[in-house]
Amino acid sequence: MPVVTPDGFRASDNIAYVSPDALPAGSDLAVDMPNDADPRTLVERFGDIATIRIAFPAFGDGRGFSLARQLRDLGYTGHLRAGGNLISDQYRHARQSGFDDVEIDDALAERQPEEQWIVREQRSYREKLAAR
Amino acid sequence: MYSYDEFDRDYVKNRVAIFRDQVARRVSGALTEDEFKPLRLQNGIYLQLHAYMLRVAIPYGTLNSAQMRQLAMIAEKWDKGYGHFTTRQNIQYNWPKLIDLPDILDALADVEMHAIQTSGNCIRNVTADHFAGAAADEVEDPRPAAELLRQWSTDHPEFAFLPRKFKIAVTGSPNDRAVIKAHDIGLRVLRNDAGEVGYQVIVGGGLGRTPVVGETIREFLPKEHLLAYCEAILRVYNLHGRRDNKYKARIKILVMEEGLESFRNQVEAEFASLLEVHNGPSLIPDPAVVKRIEDAFAPPRFEDLPESDAAYEARLAEDEEFARWCATNLTAHRQPGYAIASISLKPVGAAPGDASADQMRVVADLAERYSFDELRVSHEQNLILPHVAKRDLPAVYDALSEAELATANIGLIGDIIACPGLDYCALATARSIPIAQDIAQHFSDPDYSRLIGDMKIKISGCINSCGHHHVGHIGILGLDRAGRENYQITIGGDHTESLKMGQRLGRGFDAEEVVPAIEQLVQTYFSLRESEAETFLQVVERAGTQPFKDALYPAKEPADAG
Repeated sequence: MPVVTPDGFRASDNIAYVSPDALPAGSDLAVDMPNDADPRTLVERFGDIATIRIAFPAFGDGRGFSLARQLRDLGYTGHLRAGGNLISDQYRHARQSGFDDVEIDDALAERQPEEQWIVREQRSYREKLAAR
Repeated sequence: MYSYDEFDRDYVKNRVAIFRDQVARRVSGALTEDEFKPLRLQNGIYLQLHAYMLRVAIPYGTLNSAQMRQLAMIAEKWDKGYGHFTTRQNIQYNWPKLIDLPDILDALADVEMHAIQTSGNCIRNVTADHFAGAAADEVEDPRPAAELLRQWSTDHPEFAFLPRKFKIAVTGSPNDRAVIKAHDIGLRVLRNDAGEVGYQVIVGGGLGRTPVVGETIREFLPKEHLLAYCEAILRVYNLHGRRDNKYKARIKILVMEEGLESFRNQVEAEFASLLEVHNGPSLIPDPAVVKRIEDAFAPPRFEDLPESDAAYEARLAEDEEFARWCATNLTAHRQPGYAIASISLKPVGAAPGDASADQMRVVADLAERYSFDELRVSHEQNLILPHVAKRDLPAVYDALSEAELATANIGLIGDIIACPGLDYCALATARSIPIAQDIAQHFSDPDYSRLIGDMKIKISGCINSCGHHHVGHIGILGLDRAGRENYQITIGGDHTESLKMGQRLGRGFDAEEVVPAIEQLVQTYFSLRESEAETFLQVVERAGTQPFKDALYPAKEPADAG
């Protein structure tokens, strides 16, 4: 399963994910988060979490983008990954919502190869409005 | 009016390039049809009954003459020589070819226009009062807020894949001409007791199959918090709006199911945390950007004119047709010596909202010469010259007459809103345009329609109610009944600040029965009204719907006992 990063595709890192409902003790955790979870329940453990992967069950379901923003707003600074059914045209939305990378399956990677994910750099209106 | 800065220009051009690439990837198979669909929709492209349809954004209904001429050029070069102005202040082309669409989008970008987010499950083109900046009753021009919202919502990374479409409307006047209570978010500019300008925020309104009058979620929102508050509303909606049923996915259903109080608490909590976290930077826009937008909507350089004009008064006295047009199609302007002139796109026999390329050019020329190069599109599917000096009205009227654009029926029974219906639309269950044409034909006598007075007929060709039938004084809804077009009639709807949904009178009518039914309603109104000043809507409010029901559905004679 390739991971799409700003530097292009790279192989998935085979992390063992845990459920956000039953976080084990310890640190350096990787959390698999469904897109209807409440990120506020994780705030106390942000320091123990290295990666959060948010599920995109279908590419038309945009809840994950808001969840990513909420996590960032709540102060989560660890790695943030989108996993599931995103298409290359949504890469910019994912990046601008606070994701570090996007995990896709092999079939999609073949149909939408690396060059289709590398979007031309363009400032968003969000940045324009915030410019000072 | 607003003109693009370098950022806007680059942005729109780049979006066209992206779309070109998306079309190429669809053709190559890199994108499936399912994946391509929301991408083309977010660029304004529908697949309709007979062809693709392109819906071009006219942000808050304001455009200049160069833009209107380009719309005319596009109609001639890539369509059948006309365009259709819609109830969302957009223009639709009904016959473009898919292969031409990137070129059309390029031609739009050349005049600072686009089709971004005119469809799809995203924040749609923001609409506003069509008399903005001209109306005598205005607290402040609503268009700077609308433009700010346009920029904020364009390709907003969080809100491009919402549960369903999302519509925002803004008005700057207490008299609502933007139907703000029938929008997902409605905003009204107002002044609080301390004299500060801000917004009343209304949420969860809408028409469609479940008509709901929007409710006030915030009585007064300080101006600088507009984007943060909208972001909070959208975030709560994006996370919690229903995605299991397309027909229950609009924000109005979420607000109804959660209850306004609970919904408000969630939004206020999200709003507070947004302000705290971002402490300004991303959600309280750069004052320099805001100022540039506000400056763009500064009033034009009006001349110092007397309240009226001798030549105009003389023509009024001697030309009955001109006087009739002035009486119906002019609205009071805030500046002495000026008027707002509405151009009816509802001549008898025409499809409401259609304009030919030639007509668009005539209107563009008039705007350039007589209206500070400004034009408006109203949600009632008419065009507007917002700032005409009264001394120029005779010349404007003559030019409009020559182009068959001087129909004197604004606000009268012939000024009908109608969706494209089964003549074009893939969702429609019945035709709308021919019904509008039949009604306009029947009531074509100008004296008769003036006798009827203020009357809004609104026609939708399906339950999605693009023709706003719920809020028509008379609303007509076309349905399919066992393969036959059938039209339900409602009365008593109100599209203004006192927004109300009309009441259904009874069983539906066949197409050819609609005109007689409308005539029957008019006759009933005549018999009930206490004076000519009492409007149809006032009579329905006073007398209720029963007399109209009795007139339309007379009780059957009792069966003869013998």
